[in-house]
Amino acid sequence: MKIHEYQARELLASYGVPVPPGKVARSAEEAARIAKEIGLPVVIKAQVLVGGRGKAGGVKLVHSLEEAREAADRILKLTIKDIPVEALLVAKAIDIRKEYYLGVTVDRSNKKAVCIVSASGGVDIEELAVKEPEKILKCYIDPLQGPDEKALRKTLSAAFPEALLDQAVEALLNLYRLLVEKDCSLVEINPYAQIDESTLIAADAKINFDDNGLHKHAEVEALRTAEEYSREEIEAKEAGLSFVSLEGDIGCIVNGAGLAMATMDLIKLFGGQPANFLDVGGSSSPQKVLTALKILTRNKNLKAILINIFGGITRCDDIAKGILIARDQIDLPVPLVIRLIGTNEKEGRALLEQAGLEAASEMTEAVKKVLQQAKAGV
Amino acid sequence: MGILIDESTKVLVQGITGRDGSFHAASMLEYGTKVVGGVTPGKGGQEVHGLPVFDSVAEGVKETGADCSLIFVPARFATAALREAADGGIGLVVCITEGIPVLEMLGNYHYVREIGARLIGPNCPGLINPGKSKVGIMPGNIHKPGDIGVISRSGTLTYEVVYNLTLKGFGQSTCIGIGGDPVIGSGYIDLLEMFEKDPETGGVVIIGEIGGEDEEQAAEYIKSSINKPVVAFISGRTAPPGKRMGHAGAIISGGKGTAEAKVKAFEQAGVPVADRPDQIPELMKEKLGS
Repeated sequence: MKIHEYQARELLASYGVPVPPGKVARSAEEAARIAKEIGLPVVIKAQVLVGGRGKAGGVKLVHSLEEAREAADRILKLTIKDIPVEALLVAKAIDIRKEYYLGVTVDRSNKKAVCIVSASGGVDIEELAVKEPEKILKCYIDPLQGPDEKALRKTLSAAFPEALLDQAVEALLNLYRLLVEKDCSLVEINPYAQIDESTLIAADAKINFDDNGLHKHAEVEALRTAEEYSREEIEAKEAGLSFVSLEGDIGCIVNGAGLAMATMDLIKLFGGQPANFLDVGGSSSPQKVLTALKILTRNKNLKAILINIFGGITRCDDIAKGILIARDQIDLPVPLVIRLIGTNEKEGRALLEQAGLEAASEMTEAVKKVLQQAKAGV
Repeated sequence: MGILIDESTKVLVQGITGRDGSFHAASMLEYGTKVVGGVTPGKGGQEVHGLPVFDSVAEGVKETGADCSLIFVPARFATAALREAADGGIGLVVCITEGIPVLEMLGNYHYVREIGARLIGPNCPGLINPGKSKVGIMPGNIHKPGDIGVISRSGTLTYEVVYNLTLKGFGQSTCIGIGGDPVIGSGYIDLLEMFEKDPETGGVVIIGEIGGEDEEQAAEYIKSSINKPVVAFISGRTAPPGKRMGHAGAIISGGKGTAEAKVKAFEQAGVPVADRPDQIPELMKEKLGS
């Protein structure tokens, strides 16, 4: 789960990392009022969960209240990468002398938290890692031992001058504490700005959370914004389905994430385009199949649907029941191709046959068939 | 032979009194697995399918001599359960549970290793040595004894591949679902090393997916240290970047973890990559013949 910059800033501040004064605004008037309250000049920044807002005109430095009102009004009318801007951060403008980068995340390969440090902040860190990897410093934290302050200080001393070192060490320790205590997947300050001889401040903040940890942190769950997921994705999640919408026209309902991806890949391999990823999960009830079909058939581009089931925990007869219920309750606007194999396959096939439906047993055969039917329907 | 489990492996089921634990304990008994008991704190003394239930793993190990445990407990109790298994003297801990936070898994990974136990999973279907023992939730009947080792990050996709192998006459020595999470107890390299040493394994199938760099590292390892034929399949070629595809670990982020990079790494290591699951047996046949 992602959160907005204004939310990330507040969380960082609560962990003792200094941030410039600022507040969130949802109207031009509110933005001007906050600008007056914290003092000009201020920066007005669009709050959207996608990158590239600066290039899209979503960030503006202003020196008067009139300018603030105008900029806020303009930015609130923007749509950045299909996302309408609904909130703004109004923050005190700071005079930046030098930009650093400070981040903590999980290293999948080393099975440790990794601190990432650079004296070349303010740029895309992933791009920097590719182009100038020598400018990025790393330090690992053993999850059982916790941070080794001496080792962290040594890594940081290669990027920060002596006068800033204590602050950087303290900030990094706080980032790690935040990562662990709130089950984050990423805590990042970029740029981490030097504003005078001896002061560092977080000029921007990004925090992502591990979805698997959210059940432990109701206060984090409360920060969720609707923007990250489509209406269909949220509805699917509530029904226990894993769903991602894609650009194509062949709907897929599959059990298991790996098989669902492989099904999409096979559709593409044979010249089609998948409309979605959908994993009905294990022990699928008929109800889940019904919900899945309801979500899929809302897609106006849809030309055909493929149901691909390899029963393990999932039982083929449950899936067949779901298909039959769905056929009674909703008008399927496109052809449906079914592949059933595995646990209770015989029972599932019998149910379908009674209703005049047939099911393939091979995946490749089923994918070819759904593509033919999609083509025939045009 | 095969690896990790065989007919003598004694299994405790943690969470045996729950819906999934009970169902799969029965299914494993039916398959012939030596399930010797279960563990549910507070329910010691009860019986499930005629098996004794213990309050703790340590007690279960003491009473039954179990050397393997299979975990079905809900995610919020899973860290405690798998550490308890390692503490209790279990050598092979298999965790089916989905949804354990990554930061908990970082600690669990090192904790279990320091004790000297092996962890398979979490978020996995378990493992099977066909005809000898099944420690997991896979349908037993699609497997057949033979000499192909299977290592996979997926569940149902593994069934798909195993089904195709069996159909084309390739039995399996051991099939292991290593799990779809970003941080898992045992990876490709750990298991490739074991398969390389197993006299009954003639070739290995790797089923990978987008996310992370485990496949790339496995390819490097195969190039330097594995002499047996290896064939691979990668799912997620059509997955968009930045979106989690069901599995917590299946996400392309920061340009890393793409299917293209993994396919390329395997091909450079001399490992053919199938475009479709049903091509795997044919590729394996070619590899074994060469």
